[in-house]
Amino acid sequence: MTAVTVELNGVKIADDVEPRQSLADFLRDRCGLTATHLGCEHGACGACTVVMDGKATRSCLSLAVMCDGRSVQTLEGLRADPLMEVLRRQFHEGHALQCGFCTPGMLIMARDILRRHARPSADVVRHELSGQICRCTGYANIVKAIVATGQELASVATSEE
Amino acid sequence: MKPAPFDYIRPNSVAEASVALGRRGATTAAIAGGQSLVPMLALRVALPDVLVDISRLDDLKVVTRTPDSLWLGALTTHAAIEDGDVPDIFNGLMRRVAGQISYRAVRNHGTIGGSVALADPAADWPACLLALNASLRVVGRNGVRVQSIDEFVQGAYETTLTTGDIIMGFDIPAPPRGLRWGFAKVARKSGAFAQSIAIVTAAGKDGPIRAVLGGAGSRPRALGATMSLLQLPDGTEEQLRAAIASDLVTFFPGQDAYQTRMHTANILRAVREMRAQ
Repeated sequence: MTAVTVELNGVKIADDVEPRQSLADFLRDRCGLTATHLGCEHGACGACTVVMDGKATRSCLSLAVMCDGRSVQTLEGLRADPLMEVLRRQFHEGHALQCGFCTPGMLIMARDILRRHARPSADVVRHELSGQICRCTGYANIVKAIVATGQELASVATSEE
Repeated sequence: MKPAPFDYIRPNSVAEASVALGRRGATTAAIAGGQSLVPMLALRVALPDVLVDISRLDDLKVVTRTPDSLWLGALTTHAAIEDGDVPDIFNGLMRRVAGQISYRAVRNHGTIGGSVALADPAADWPACLLALNASLRVVGRNGVRVQSIDEFVQGAYETTLTTGDIIMGFDIPAPPRGLRWGFAKVARKSGAFAQSIAIVTAAGKDGPIRAVLGGAGSRPRALGATMSLLQLPDGTEEQLRAAIASDLVTFFPGQDAYQTRMHTANILRAVREMRAQ
């Protein structure tokens, strides 16, 4: 076992982990943070995407032991995030989920896209979202919800100027 | 937990890491971004006794621009190149290549050194660095060596790396004039490993031209006949297709009819993109 300290959703936690434990398993099994879903467990589906040191990260492709000293945010830690509030509402109103399995990863990635691209077009969203797999929706409403969030945030920014 | 148990070491220097990787009687592996190695551990394709975490070694993060070249430390991530966080002296070629590797969450962690060390036949960086005439510096038990990409990548997942070796980074010569380039990739979906990667570069209007094909065989190759033909001011498309066909037979034997057409079309796309610049 190796001692690690991680800032998890703003709270410093210290724990001992087996070096072979993935960050995803650490979050779900040790910390009880089950918003992070595990689909493929080899980086193809995107369901387990979290934020590490501000960057979108596949938690199934990260070892918990390597996160020592890093900050990790899961969907649970983004409840009060202003961008996430708008995204959540747009996903809800736009019916951008069906079974919900991919949704945590979709929301984290959508937030990442909107932080890098102001008011992204549907084409940009589709390209940037290509690492997230959804087997229910056909993506149409997910893309629409993200585009709508970008437009809403841009119009808010304009009216505040 | 899917991987088999292993010990974990996080050395504080390249020298320490090299010693840890060279430990006698143990299978060792270096981990940087882990974006290929972690799934390989989970699938138990890679079964190290000791995992050596080199991801925090500052000596592997150095990025230096000189008039003659760009030095990219092995830990430079695909996302850092994509975002232009490192100097872009190749007129956007490396940024374009970086932005099409896998997915953003993977690019945030995956490194150029890790990609070249793994030497997946469908990886983008070996092809791109070969097109740019890059060399790499490797430190190991026998000191430091400098090799061209062509010497370093020997086959599918085969390089000259031996026990205790660590890639320090890449020395990429600056193009003498503004680089013109074309980059074309065939993949079933964006982010998936490519079936074909074609990169064509030219230094200025009539400088030397390079053409490289990756994904077609065990390692990327420079296409000699195609490059010679492209250098001619009055080469026809028919001659160009013949040169590509001859390069495919020479460097990538055993392509079926579809693969031959696909690689030919892909190379021609890259040539057209380069010529349009």
